[in-house]
Amino acid sequence: MALIEVDNVSRTFTVRSRKGRLRREKRQVNAVDGLTFQVAEGECVGYVGPNGAGKSTTVKMLTGILVPSGGRLRVAGVDPSRDRVRLAHRIGVVFGQRTTLWWDLPLRDSYEMARRIYRIPAGRFRANLDRCLELLDLGPLMDTPVRQLSLGQRMRGDIAAALLHDPQVLYLDEPTIGLDVVSRNRVRQFLREVNTERGTTVLLTTHDLTDIEQLCSRVMVIDHGRVVYDGGLEGLHAVGESERTLVVDLAEPCPPIAVEGARVVRVDGPRQWLAFPAARSAAPVVAAVAAGYPLVDLSVREPAIEDVISRMYAGEVAAPVRVG
Amino acid sequence: MPLTLYGSVARGSFRRYATYRAAILAGAFTNTVFGFILSYTYLALWHARPDLGGYDATGAVTYIWISQALIAPVCVWGGGFQDDFQDRVRNGDIAIDLYRPVDLQSWWLATDLGRAALQLVTRGVLPMVAGAAVFRLRLPHDGRVWAAFLVSVMLAVAVSFAFRYLVSLTGFWLMDSDGVRSLAGILGMFFSGKLLPITLFPGALGALARVLPWSAMVQIPCDVLLQQRTGGALATGLGFQAFWALVLLAAGRAVQGLATRRVVVQGG
Amino acid sequence: MADDRFPAPPGRLWWGLRVWWMTAAMWTRSALAYRTSFVLMTVGNLAITAMDFVIIAVMFHNIHSMGGWDFHQVAFLYATSSFAIGLADMLVGSIDALGNRIRQGTLDGIMVRPAPALAQMAADRFALRRLGRPLQATVILLWSLSGLRVQWTWDRMLMVPGLLVCGTAIFVALFVAGSCLQFWVADAAEVQNSFTFGGATMIQYPPTVFARELVAGAVFGIPLAFVNWLPALHILGQSDPLHLPAVLRFASPAAAALALAAAGLAWRAGLRAYRSTGS
Repeated sequence: MALIEVDNVSRTFTVRSRKGRLRREKRQVNAVDGLTFQVAEGECVGYVGPNGAGKSTTVKMLTGILVPSGGRLRVAGVDPSRDRVRLAHRIGVVFGQRTTLWWDLPLRDSYEMARRIYRIPAGRFRANLDRCLELLDLGPLMDTPVRQLSLGQRMRGDIAAALLHDPQVLYLDEPTIGLDVVSRNRVRQFLREVNTERGTTVLLTTHDLTDIEQLCSRVMVIDHGRVVYDGGLEGLHAVGESERTLVVDLAEPCPPIAVEGARVVRVDGPRQWLAFPAARSAAPVVAAVAAGYPLVDLSVREPAIEDVISRMYAGEVAAPVRVG
Repeated sequence: MPLTLYGSVARGSFRRYATYRAAILAGAFTNTVFGFILSYTYLALWHARPDLGGYDATGAVTYIWISQALIAPVCVWGGGFQDDFQDRVRNGDIAIDLYRPVDLQSWWLATDLGRAALQLVTRGVLPMVAGAAVFRLRLPHDGRVWAAFLVSVMLAVAVSFAFRYLVSLTGFWLMDSDGVRSLAGILGMFFSGKLLPITLFPGALGALARVLPWSAMVQIPCDVLLQQRTGGALATGLGFQAFWALVLLAAGRAVQGLATRRVVVQGG
Repeated sequence: MADDRFPAPPGRLWWGLRVWWMTAAMWTRSALAYRTSFVLMTVGNLAITAMDFVIIAVMFHNIHSMGGWDFHQVAFLYATSSFAIGLADMLVGSIDALGNRIRQGTLDGIMVRPAPALAQMAADRFALRRLGRPLQATVILLWSLSGLRVQWTWDRMLMVPGLLVCGTAIFVALFVAGSCLQFWVADAAEVQNSFTFGGATMIQYPPTVFARELVAGAVFGIPLAFVNWLPALHILGQSDPLHLPAVLRFASPAAAALALAAAGLAWRAGLRAYRSTGS
């Protein structure tokens, strides 16, 4: 049985907009419409889509905050909207930039509060906390007031707080946004560990493709309240024909580079931008450039998720696609 | 031109507050309810002593409704720019503001004047209309009195702003200026004449209340509109308001200087 | 299933009270992080809430009775009203930040915890300094009781603590019910002030000074009259401007229970609306 079951779920909002001086217009908007998917225990799923696509509406329904207008929803066998408090014991939620830690108190106090609110048995609490502290390197920060933590430290603190009660499902909303590279890698490493070692099911929304590349075996793309793609990341690249960009700095301005498998999209003095299919390795392109041109420096830019999705549309891939 | 800059800041603030329709209606409703309650207590008071504090019963009830109309624009209780300002102190963004080319105090003053103007025409007018519908009020017919009243209200807002600015600056040292704010609010309600005209205060308490800056916020504008202050008394009243506005603005500037030197940025 | 991992949940009410207590304790510890500020504010609040009463003292400096009630009798009304709203404000008053939480989206963080949202919200931004008002009211109450000319029979003596408890409960209900409005109109926080703080101001003065419609509204609409007006009629032996049945003077416990039940229903309805409309 799947851990998360979403069956033909819809969610309508009434939007009031002013029209003229006094008249108001009411409009029904479908934030989520006929949404259907399942997530098996132990999966790590990336949930992506443009802003306003219905991502946060979905997460709100899965956590029991929002009641669906129609359809059927089950998380760990519980109907979230009917049994919010029972569900709370089985899920962990991290709301991106809105911390749930106690701002003016040492980190330790927030964990102690979580222990009491979730009524976590002492031994289990100790074991879980120790594990989180070690893997997230939070030990030295335990006595620091949360307001003095950096964004990355705070995010690590929030993730630990969401896991102390051994949730079966962990929802993360933009867990790496705004973090420095070190924190970002540590967070990803930790989430991978939580997912593979503990078997915690993870559902994360993100704008960062690298998050998905490194963590998720499966991606769901949602747009206009529907799943438009569900499958592996490679499939997404292929479907969207997305491109990575190789930025090369040459010793001197040169005419546009001509190598196989890549095309120049921009030239600015000695710097040139080359686009190549994201599914393919950068190595042959780099080798070809290095062989024929005075290469000084280079970097590879990953496609942004919006980019991938907009290309999907340009390629007229509108119907749900299930790959692999 | 800096003046046009501050003008557009004030206009922006006016428009921003105009978008909080529900808050305006909710606030006007509350002011009206308080107006009703206080009107009845004043009527009982003036029934027992018909010319208390130099007002007759009609004058006293009018005083209530003017002061209810002033409570939002003048922010006797605190508020206005303070929430935004304190948030910025708390999260450290204020450090950025301190190094901007515009003058911090003038910038916030401009936003507060814009807010006050919007609230005067909304939360000032609505309770007054409701009060006039139920009670007999005495409002002047002379346009010059209204003009003097508007000048007095503007000075009242300036005094109130300068005071609230000082209160919020304590956030640099106390990290929790909400406590100071609630104290300042209670003092303001008492000494401004918002709860009871300070002309009723006996002896030394009355003498003290008359010279403190809070009387510039409610008592003086009310007396201007009630024509309790005319001629020379009007001039000294406005002068008194201008005096406190300048003194408190200067004090705010000095404290702001100290704060700039200190800048304990949260989380940094 | 997963529930076995946790001890069985204690009784709903008891668990709610414990969550309130834990949350309030955390906010108090947060306030103590700024110790100077905390001490200054607690002392300051104690001293300064007394100014409220000075207004009434100034009134009685000029008159001898108001609507047929003397200074000590009005002080009794003031003290009981101030005590009830002060204590209720400390216990649940910051629930009026509900609209802010909805706007900022932080209510969601509260709703994913396995604890009643009402208990968490009622203790949100709990401030111990609000104890100043009930303390000051207690002093005024003692002063008033010492000067009242009342035959202290046992029923009158029992009614004084009784009305303090019921009055606090009524104001708790008003704070909660009033804040529920914000589930529908997020920035209508001020409306509830007219019922809570406005109501408290009204019942500081004798019912005889108000229009009969207002007094009737406080009896049959928003149950403010049960906080102190009606029981005070019996305790102080005053006459009732509305000539209502005397049994109402003893009905404060029933009114408080009804008000709390109504507030609980309003909260549930509000939460349901929030969850079915989003924000």
